Amino acid sequence: MAGVQVSNLSRNFGAHKALDDVSIDFADGGFYALLGPSGSGKTTLLRQIAGFDFPDSGRIAIGGESVERVPVERRRIGMVFQNYALFPNMSVADNVAFGLSVRGEAKATIASEVQRALDLVQLSKLGGRRPHQLSGGQRQRVALARAIVTKPRVLLLDEPLGALDKALRVDMQIELKRIQREIGITTIFVTHDQEEALTMSDRIGILRDGRLVQEGPPEEIYDSPKSEFAATFLGDANIFRGETTGVGIRLPDGTAIAARAGATLAAGAKASCAVRPERIRIAIDSGSADQANGNVLRGQVSKRIFAGNNSTYFVERDGQTLKVIVQNTGADRLAAGQEVLLRWSPKSTVLIAAN
Amino acid sequence: MAEHVATGSRSGLRSALPLLLPAYLWLTVAIFLPLSAMVFFSSMTELPLSGKAWSFTLENYATFFSERLYLTLLLASLRLGLEVTLWCVVIGFPAAYVLAKVLKGRSREAIFLLVILPFWSNGLVRIFSWAMVLREGGILDTALNAVLPFKINIDVMYSYPAVVIGLVHSYVPYMVLTCYLTLQAIDDSLIEAGRSLGASRLQMLRRVIIPLSMPGLVAGAALIFVPVVGSFMEPRILGGRTGTFYGTVIEDQFVAVFNWPLGAALSFILLAVVLVILALTSPVLRRAA
Ligand SMILES: Nc1ncnc2c1ncn2[C@@H]1O[C@H](COP(=O)(O)OP(=O)(O)OP(=O)(O)O)[C@@H](O)[C@H]1O
Ligand SMILES: [Mg+2]
Repeated sequence: MAGVQVSNLSRNFGAHKALDDVSIDFADGGFYALLGPSGSGKTTLLRQIAGFDFPDSGRIAIGGESVERVPVERRRIGMVFQNYALFPNMSVADNVAFGLSVRGEAKATIASEVQRALDLVQLSKLGGRRPHQLSGGQRQRVALARAIVTKPRVLLLDEPLGALDKALRVDMQIELKRIQREIGITTIFVTHDQEEALTMSDRIGILRDGRLVQEGPPEEIYDSPKSEFAATFLGDANIFRGETTGVGIRLPDGTAIAARAGATLAAGAKASCAVRPERIRIAIDSGSADQANGNVLRGQVSKRIFAGNNSTYFVERDGQTLKVIVQNTGADRLAAGQEVLLRWSPKSTVLIAAN
Repeated sequence: MAEHVATGSRSGLRSALPLLLPAYLWLTVAIFLPLSAMVFFSSMTELPLSGKAWSFTLENYATFFSERLYLTLLLASLRLGLEVTLWCVVIGFPAAYVLAKVLKGRSREAIFLLVILPFWSNGLVRIFSWAMVLREGGILDTALNAVLPFKINIDVMYSYPAVVIGLVHSYVPYMVLTCYLTLQAIDDSLIEAGRSLGASRLQMLRRVIIPLSMPGLVAGAALIFVPVVGSFMEPRILGGRTGTFYGTVIEDQFVAVFNWPLGAALSFILLAVVLVILALTSPVLRRAA
């Protein structure tokens, strides 16, 4: 097992920069999610690390060993594909055995290793089946068993759960995480699903147009996004745009919004503030608004979406629609048309420089 | 439940009948009628030309077994069929692989066109072109002697190899096409998965690609083997005196000797033998896949 270092990696397809100077340190034994919109270069990055494709410039090291020019066969990586890519002409056991048998391992070794891998993914009874006789989730487990049985240095997964339905996906997320912890393998996981990225990974990297936008632990990216893109791509955020004042920003209509202390920007520069919908408290506007403890805005409820354990209110304010998520505590619900006050703490407000 | 399904499919069949009718009519006219006519001919003593008397007999079938020549020629034709089929696999499969998995875009289309070009040229033109290439003092001979420092005599014309070359050239597109189709259907991610597990290209070929291509190989082999065993044009023109095969003998019965009954009987024996061979080999090949 080993960590992976990617430094200044670039890959162009013609004039298109699929990867543009990307540097990430994937820690040994960590679970890393690569997140980004379609076409942002996630697959391209994974393929460079796997060795299916080679970068135009930059370095890739696995366990400290430089591998940019090493083909995939000799990189000792394990790969799981979105469509599973199981060999249809072989049984489940033969699929899992494939990596060991092309290496010329002894028959007895192969048999016991395959059994161990199938036990690990809880498919020990299905070794004799053909891939087409399995369900989607079972195929995914076989693909995982096949990838890890050779004891690769890194496990790479390209949207492995994308083809599964929601309930099965949650099961597989837990399962995958359990297996990853059990064997402690460095894992790089590409996903479209931000919730998946948040719940499963130790660190997340967000890609956009081939560039790494932000990188860090899920909590850090969620609580302190460094760009509007990161704020809105990972989770939901209300964005206010205006000019910096020193402690926050001033909106075009003169309203001041105070932000968390720490970030300092030159006064008068363009900037924005991001606030998560669940950090805002909503109350009926009784006319007396005291500005003392935090940010306050007036608005009017335009819509409420009930989702069981919470409700999302859409609040109109000065031509902008703000989202507020309220836990279902059984308290009175607000109706559309209601004049409301929105309050939140400056600590929940992130100041972002305009890009 | 089962009853329900059964009635459902029966009514499905009834509504499909008008659609199937033209196909069945065509099959009747194009295959069933001529075949029945040939069965009829094969059991006649004489062609009923100019009012000659004739009766039913199995004599024509007996002729095959009484004269060793026919069996010898049949075996030679089967060997020819096997050899040509093997060469078509050896040439056609790699070509199909390159087309399906290596080439992309424009170059794929261009090469594809080149591969199936023989399909569109007239068979006789093709064969006579080979005759010009292969004969002594022909294109191959002249070209090789122009390049090589020593004098060699290339005279492949009127020989077994010439027949094989002509037939392989005519039939290799079938193999390329059937293999291309099955190779196309193999997802590239399977090959990538194999490589990520450490398999060399050769190991991938042997353990994944060839087994998955088996349906295409079997279909191509059947498409080639059957007509080659009965072929007569290539053997006659490119083989000369050495080009006597089972197919040429059948052709003789029809166009030269005018012994249609014997020709028809010999054809049916060939058909039976070929069917038996296909029936015996296809399960074996399928299991290998
Ligand atoms: N082989 C290729 N040739 C040309 N362009 C390519 C190639 N592979 C990828 N690209 C381009 O590079 C960009 C990044 O593609 P990539 O597949 O890495 O995106 P992705 O983030 O994985 O997207 P998705 O979430 O849709 O899978 C895209 O604009 C894509 O069109
Ligand atoms: Mg992708």
